[in-house]
Amino acid sequence: MYVAVKGGEAAILNSYRLVAEQRRGDPRQPELTVMQIREQLKLSVDRVMTEGSVYDPELAALAIKQASGDLVEAIFLLRAYRATLPRLGSTCPIDTSRMELVRRISATFKDLPGGQVLGPTYDYTQRLLDFTLLAQGEPSAIDPAVARPVVQEPIPRVVDLLNQEGLIETFPPPSDDPSPPDLTREPLRFPANRATRLQNLARGDEGFLLAMAYSTQRGYSHSHPFVGDIRLGRASIEIIPEELGFPISIGDIELTECEMVNQFGGSKTEPPQFTRGYGLAFGHSERKAMAMSLVDRALRAGELGEPVESPAQMEEFVLSHSDSLESSGFVQHLKLPHYVDFQSELELVRKMRAEAGRSRISDAEDA
Amino acid sequence: MSSATDSDSPQQASGIAPEVNFAYLDERTKRMIRRAILKAVAIPGYQVPFGSREMPLPYGWGTGGIQVTAAVIGPADRLKVIDQGSDDTVNAVNIRRFFERTTGVRTTTDTREATLIQTRHRIPEKPLSEGQILIYQVPVPEPMQRLEPRESETRTLHGLAEYGLMHVKLYEDIARYGHIATTYDYPVLVNDRYIMSPSPIPKFDNPKMDRNPALQLFGAGREKRIYAVPPYTRVASLGFEDHPFEIQRWSAVCALCGANDSFLDEMITDDAGTRLHVCSDSDYCKTRRDGPEQQEHAQ
Repeated sequence: MYVAVKGGEAAILNSYRLVAEQRRGDPRQPELTVMQIREQLKLSVDRVMTEGSVYDPELAALAIKQASGDLVEAIFLLRAYRATLPRLGSTCPIDTSRMELVRRISATFKDLPGGQVLGPTYDYTQRLLDFTLLAQGEPSAIDPAVARPVVQEPIPRVVDLLNQEGLIETFPPPSDDPSPPDLTREPLRFPANRATRLQNLARGDEGFLLAMAYSTQRGYSHSHPFVGDIRLGRASIEIIPEELGFPISIGDIELTECEMVNQFGGSKTEPPQFTRGYGLAFGHSERKAMAMSLVDRALRAGELGEPVESPAQMEEFVLSHSDSLESSGFVQHLKLPHYVDFQSELELVRKMRAEAGRSRISDAEDA
Repeated sequence: MSSATDSDSPQQASGIAPEVNFAYLDERTKRMIRRAILKAVAIPGYQVPFGSREMPLPYGWGTGGIQVTAAVIGPADRLKVIDQGSDDTVNAVNIRRFFERTTGVRTTTDTREATLIQTRHRIPEKPLSEGQILIYQVPVPEPMQRLEPRESETRTLHGLAEYGLMHVKLYEDIARYGHIATTYDYPVLVNDRYIMSPSPIPKFDNPKMDRNPALQLFGAGREKRIYAVPPYTRVASLGFEDHPFEIQRWSAVCALCGANDSFLDEMITDDAGTRLHVCSDSDYCKTRRDGPEQQEHAQ
């Protein structure tokens, strides 16, 4: 007689063993170290830190190793770790005009204070497979002076330059500088304020934000964006300890910032001026920061009196579906057994088919 | 903020998974969840938002139930975890292992012996008693989400007790099919006030919620909501006078224990599509097969 499947525990333990084997790959090959991942897969590490909401390259690299390179899984590991950490306090707002820049570009002015600094980017590489890497060859030596241009002096942001003419909206910090809500401690409620939205987008899945941002460029809401500033560099993190009463630096973090400048036709009360969309990510995460800034601007439709018609403008649609943990978990929960629900549906379909059959017979008799 | 009882977690005593706190969550988080639970108990059927944490298990796999269990479990508890009625399905095994590792509490498969029962998609067949807590894993706490996806709207509808949307949906089922075509996650009215999702239990289980002596807690981790049905609270499945709520019935009986009063899962046993029905509730089925004598002997 058939007996319901048992032995889940043994199966789970076996799956641990198999996934460990799969992660290790061919044991004749040397094992990857966490430090190698941290140093050589930097862009993966940066994405995992950004969406994992933890700035710790070593733990992000560990998560990537443990997840066999599955970045969404690595983000999950880092978030679960983060959930148990205490919140010790809030940092002071970061002044990105004082970042130590390795890259800064603007698409709005050919030249501007601080200049255009290309820095490390794949943008102008020709995407040809480099077979010297396959042959474990060393890339040709680069003059060390050229390799690391670092801009130390403060460089004003394009939005600040435009503001001198009053051409762009400004966001002065509120007088008492209230702490923003913390999405990792309080649930998302609608309508959400902009601080909450930005926090959600910063943690949001890069692929989702990219698609949402792309949709705004293809007619699903128009914002006529221009890249005001993209900055990559290190910024100092400061806190004001209660017992000291003045800011002290607790270290630097690498950031990518994108200020998007968008058209705005004006309204009855406001003359036409440029509006802004904002993106910020840990490490070098340019695609993410740009997508975030476009979606941020699209989500401001209601505030700016624009019609809310497209998915990227709909706060509940975007914010409720941006999180990779939530979406990945719920999509994949369909793998769990649904015997009971399916049994109920089976009964229903049979009942409806039986009824349909009966009514066909009675129709035929009537005819 | 922290008192002596807070830091005095029993993890040292159990010696299990010493790197994490008792039941994984830190004490402040547990207290936050308990406050949400108290509010939920005070307003039966009302969805209380809470600061759901990222658990080491994926969203959609029971994180809401796990957080509720973690917030209420103590070292003296006996925990039972079921999925689809069974203690042996992989997800139930996994969640039970999680609590064994992080709390060291004793677990059980016996419904009557358990003080806490975490469940996905079923209510046990054996009647529950006072002092027991049944914790449901909830995927979609908002019963009207499929009719109105905007939470800002459904919140207003609940506030005004404006449930026309739901009644129209059920009415349209009757107009189209001659009966209500919802078989699981069948909406209920709690304490004559809030319409509530009972989680995707089959509607067969709905009547068990009504005036149940046990405390029923519902956790939705991904959607960050907790709600509750306190003991002996009225829970009515929606229906119409001329089309009252009714539950599923089988022409078959359980092939293992012969029960004709339990929810039966259908199994396909060969390539020719031969079918067999067995109890979905593995503990109920086992108790019936062991017979009353062995049951007493075991105790």
